[in-house]
Amino acid sequence: MKKMRLFSWGGSSALLLSLVTAPSAHAQDWVRTGTNLGAQRIRIAAANFKPGSADSETGSLKQVFDQTLFTDLQNAGIFDMVSKSMAPPLTPGSQGEAQLATWAAAPANAEMLAFGTLTVNGGQLAVTGFLDDTKNTQSPQVLGKQYSEAASTQSARHIAHRFADEIIERLGGLPGIAETTIYYVSAHSGTKEIMAMDYDGQSPRAVTHLGTISLSPHISPDNARVAFSSLGKQGWSIRMYSLELNRPVNFNSPAGTTLSPAWSSNGAQVAFSSDRPAGDSEIYVSDAAGNGVRRLTSFHGPDVSPCWNPKTNAQIAWVSGRTGLPQIYTMDSDGANVMRMTDGGYATSPSWSPNGQFLAYAWNRKYGPGAPGGQDIYIMDVASRRWIQLTHDAGRNDFPTWSPDGRHIAFQREGEGGLQIWTMLADGSEQQPLTHGGSFSQPNWSLK
Amino acid sequence: MRSALRPGTTLGTKLEERNYFKENSVTQPVRTASWQGRKLSLIGLAALLAVAGCHKKASPPPPPPPVMSAPAPTADITATPAAINAGDSTILTWHTTGATDVSIEGMGAVATSGTQTVRPTDSTNYHLVARGDGGTADATARVTIGTGNNNNANSGRMNEGDIDDATFHQNVKDIFFDYDSYEVNAPSASVVSQDAAYLNQHAGVKIVLGGYCDDRGSTEYNLALGENRANAAKQALVAAGVPAERIRTVSYGKEKQFCSEHDESCYQQNRRAQFTVDR
Repeated sequence: MKKMRLFSWGGSSALLLSLVTAPSAHAQDWVRTGTNLGAQRIRIAAANFKPGSADSETGSLKQVFDQTLFTDLQNAGIFDMVSKSMAPPLTPGSQGEAQLATWAAAPANAEMLAFGTLTVNGGQLAVTGFLDDTKNTQSPQVLGKQYSEAASTQSARHIAHRFADEIIERLGGLPGIAETTIYYVSAHSGTKEIMAMDYDGQSPRAVTHLGTISLSPHISPDNARVAFSSLGKQGWSIRMYSLELNRPVNFNSPAGTTLSPAWSSNGAQVAFSSDRPAGDSEIYVSDAAGNGVRRLTSFHGPDVSPCWNPKTNAQIAWVSGRTGLPQIYTMDSDGANVMRMTDGGYATSPSWSPNGQFLAYAWNRKYGPGAPGGQDIYIMDVASRRWIQLTHDAGRNDFPTWSPDGRHIAFQREGEGGLQIWTMLADGSEQQPLTHGGSFSQPNWSLK
Repeated sequence: MRSALRPGTTLGTKLEERNYFKENSVTQPVRTASWQGRKLSLIGLAALLAVAGCHKKASPPPPPPPVMSAPAPTADITATPAAINAGDSTILTWHTTGATDVSIEGMGAVATSGTQTVRPTDSTNYHLVARGDGGTADATARVTIGTGNNNNANSGRMNEGDIDDATFHQNVKDIFFDYDSYEVNAPSASVVSQDAAYLNQHAGVKIVLGGYCDDRGSTEYNLALGENRANAAKQALVAAGVPAERIRTVSYGKEKQFCSEHDESCYQQNRRAQFTVDR
């Protein structure tokens, strides 16, 4: 698990370095927000897979698989997708059937081709998938993968995610995010519960059933526990739910108003906000069980919403109202070296990018009674404090959260569709809702 | 070249980690294919080198030993009321900090902070012991059992705790805050002094101070701001002579609104510290 993360960081910094030396496709965009964003995209075709069996179940599972694979590659943000309508008439199922020249030619003009066979046999779903370089006639195969799981819509989707992530990792240099999870809050008749869904909004499932108001879910880096704050008889405290044991586990939380837990990326520490015992909300850090509490801030006014620099765990960004309206600040993880990052307005909900370079946050730069300001998502380069605005004129946006590959940001948007969770690429493009109906907020993207 | 060999190893290791499904890898080594050679060789090589470099750190260093200096625990416990008649109940309220192991003699292990209704038959010392990494702290609350009429005052206070909400709200008014502020402003200060006068006359009533915010702004920040509002109102009451032990604060942020219209009169209704009887 640890290995995976080091892996992505290593790849990420190397890619950023190399991007600096490469000419950018968007020269006016000083900030290279995510790896490969802004680089020229690889044109890839995802062929419909060839059915290896003739029953109706094969057909329906194949439809789910084909759609999921295409969407995952499209969502990755690094590919120029060949429309399905441009596919040559023959559906290849094996290397022998892949007429690469027809895919390389107009209108498809594909540089890479993903294809394969999907079979249902004795309740098992078996998928063989290939990735070919259409221009390499001698030895075109880049990837070959076989998967087998008990046949279900869920497993068809899961296998597509795994194959897509293999392709994305091979061609994009970083593990894909198709197997990641987003945790969030669902409001229903006066209560708020923690839920989880796949990165693409599929398979929403309830995590808590507490019948109270639970907020600010934050998933541990090993995906084993979700921390959140919950309203009980003694006020707000931090609670911990084990996804392995499917029950709450102990976290020695102060009562009073204890809010906004944030795991360090090594899983060893949790930062949070509490008014106990100081009588004024401050940022604290404890171990993963809530013990060994250390106080980091001591300034009158609200202090809340800490987040760690996941690259180093040596810095924390948070929100403080010490000078009036809330602003984003950073400090070392021992409380030293406090720096104010935003220069006015109403700035909240910081989220530190996986490579440590950027803060995403919500900002209303013209906040006040009667002021026309909108609450939008921004990202700031931590070193230079230069920022860019990612959302424009579309509802009230808050709680940005980075995908583990640093290419995507999920956030909540309150607009005409109600309060929903959206996703976009980290340059602000390709915004799309992940939830529909209901009332959903405070997304938190898993680290893997 | 070393980097050309590494990806296979990396992928192989990764597959072993994902051992929850059967999977046969038929991966072939990466080819320096035309698309790579054209525009991605630099990126690809840099990434693969970084991957290889990082991968060698197979076992990450263990997390640094906890260097936090554990603060000495604190403990306090009160019984309200402290004197009761035999057969009546009293409420123990305790609060500890920096403790991992908290117990009350005769009751065993308890939460680090909490309340408990007890019904002692004889005068009793409730001895709270808080043990933590930084040491041990203790505190004692004594509940004395009186007989008959020499405890009239106390039994009167017990009845005050059962004050009905209408009477309470007639006499203890909510206070309202300016936009994005947690300072008790001048109009609110005069309300607070009236509230404090009533509460000082009815010493058996314990209250919950709820802090609320209007619907604008961010959920988490508003909870912290509501907490500051409740604490500001509490400090004002304490300054006016109401014992801090009788006041409990809870922030509701913008989670429980009076009204939901998006206009200033509704916003003002929601920016409040609300008093309720703590039962």
